[in-house]
Amino acid sequence: MTVCYDLHSFKDVKAFVRRLFLTQQECIPKMEILRFENVTKRYGKNTVLDNVTLSIGAGEVFSLLGPSGCGKTTLLRICGGFERPDSGRVILDGVDITELPPNRREVRTVFQNYALFPHMTVWENIAFGLKANGVDSAKIAKEVPKYLELVQLSGFEHRKPLQLSGGQRQRVAIARALVSKPKVLLLDEPLAALDLKLRQRMLIELDTLHDDVGITFLFVTHDQQEAMSISDHIAVLRGGHVEQIGTPPELYEAPKTSFVAAFIGDTNFFPGTVRHNEGDYCDLEIEDFPTLRLYNDKRIPEGGSVHISIRPEKFMISLDRPEQLNPRTNLLQGTVEDVIYLGAHTRYWVRINDWRVAVVKQHYGYALDERRITWGDKVWLRFEADNAYMLDRYAEADENLRVLPDL
Amino acid sequence: MRGANGRSRFPLFVTLLTLIFLYTPLIVVAVASFNASKYGGAWTGFSLKWYERLFQDRAIWEALVNTLVIALIATVVSTLLGTLAALALHRSRSRFKGVYSALVHTPLVVPDILQGIGLLLLFVTVLSTFGEWIRRTFGLECGLGMTTIVIAHITFCLSYVTMVVLGRLQEFDRSMIEAAQDLGASGFYTFFRVTLPIISPGIIAGALFAFTLSIDDFVITFFVKGAGDTTLPIYIQSAMRRGTPAVINALSVIFLLMTFVLVFITQRLLMDKKETQK
Repeated sequence: MTVCYDLHSFKDVKAFVRRLFLTQQECIPKMEILRFENVTKRYGKNTVLDNVTLSIGAGEVFSLLGPSGCGKTTLLRICGGFERPDSGRVILDGVDITELPPNRREVRTVFQNYALFPHMTVWENIAFGLKANGVDSAKIAKEVPKYLELVQLSGFEHRKPLQLSGGQRQRVAIARALVSKPKVLLLDEPLAALDLKLRQRMLIELDTLHDDVGITFLFVTHDQQEAMSISDHIAVLRGGHVEQIGTPPELYEAPKTSFVAAFIGDTNFFPGTVRHNEGDYCDLEIEDFPTLRLYNDKRIPEGGSVHISIRPEKFMISLDRPEQLNPRTNLLQGTVEDVIYLGAHTRYWVRINDWRVAVVKQHYGYALDERRITWGDKVWLRFEADNAYMLDRYAEADENLRVLPDL
Repeated sequence: MRGANGRSRFPLFVTLLTLIFLYTPLIVVAVASFNASKYGGAWTGFSLKWYERLFQDRAIWEALVNTLVIALIATVVSTLLGTLAALALHRSRSRFKGVYSALVHTPLVVPDILQGIGLLLLFVTVLSTFGEWIRRTFGLECGLGMTTIVIAHITFCLSYVTMVVLGRLQEFDRSMIEAAQDLGASGFYTFFRVTLPIISPGIIAGALFAFTLSIDDFVITFFVKGAGDTTLPIYIQSAMRRGTPAVINALSVIFLLMTFVLVFITQRLLMDKKETQK
């Protein structure tokens, strides 16, 4: 599968690279291990999943990300066999498993509450799947210690789940699921029950574990940071349909909808009308706001309207007027309205006419040496034309997902 | 009433009073059983002769054997049926689930005397309608007796077992079953390796509960026992009327001890259940 690009249609290399990057997913064929095909699920009148189609590549970490009630857990349970879709198919390694009961599917689940068997020891818990499938005891005696070691629980095999900490229980649940070498490991919010530090540590452990075993992970979470840090691909779900699928940088830098833009990280939305197309660039007229020069990646003709998303860190904030500007640099002036100092960086909210712009400044230098920008300061915002992204769809309700919505 | 640390001793006081209130009658019986005097009342000296007499009394042993046989059968049958009922109720998605549940639990609060009368009427009706036919077809003599007592005991034990097992099931995490299936276990394997072991303390507690209820039931047994067979509680009551109370005291003490042991075991199992839930 090759996609040919007409190099002449791109005015400069940057545009070419961006196009290539954004279509990469379709360009590079991957071995598909799991596929959801037009999966629909209703509970009464409530449609939980609406015609969801997803393709998950072998060996990757694929995350289903979305707010509660978006259908991500239902999709996982359909894959595990605990729910049956009203229509659509689930295909595992080329085989339709839609009608198979849970115990005949080569997938294993790590449940949110771990669901360890309280009356069994760690060893018995891990050996359960093998025993249930009639694996002989010599093989079990060989396999279980391997996985105990993999999750760093050697020496704990005779403990009962109640005698373990949260993190250890989770490791048992993972070992129990991995020991029978499933084709896909389903993880249902596996870190939600842990406290923050442990969650971060387990996330790294999960990542390392994934590298070690090479099994495909299907990871359900509502935490965008979790999803961003562990995934090869993320499907953002909302209200039962897929909002966007992409790699973490794709979703962050090139969100198709205002929901994805605001749900992952923070952003600023501006509605505008395209004026004066000049090559790949255009002037965007925004009501009650300075006109911005932007890269017109959607090829919107003059007079067309569009919503753009600008990430807070794309603005460079300074007290002094920046020098040496090129024609693609926008310069805005405003007043600081709110400041949140976070150590490594500071969040600012800058008032420009009717707009309040979220800005993040990374502290590269020793912050105490600098004159700190504070509340009420007149500041300059510098912003490069390439650093905004035009949205396919915008909904005003998504403004509420921003850190500090406009009043 | 303040203790050294300033805390009120009132709760302790009330607790002690309650305990005295509860256990004085039992202590009186226990003490009287060692009294040499035949009619109790005045203490005439320590003696074990009533225990001796007790172990020589054939009628008492017969009643005791009856009681144990009835209790065993009633326990086994009601535990089996009650566990199944609890599993069904737990799994039920029916909109009548609440009604079923209420129907199972109601006998717990219906007065024994009503149940006794009801069961007696039922047995008499059935026997007078089908008794002749059963006799002719199967060659079986039937009337009120052991069989009707066992049936009656199963009836009231059933509710208790169902209640206790259902309680255990409700604390049981359904995802455990899903986890077992997810790991490749069949429904059969899951039931015997996961569900049953986890709810077993509930089942054992229910069985012990049923056993204790059965061995000391008087009211319902009294209605359905018929003329011949007798159980220990019934025997004790009639013996009291005939007037050999001293032997009965000794018997009561033994009976009490048995009950205490069973209650103790039941409590331990229920406590164990709470610990595993933590």
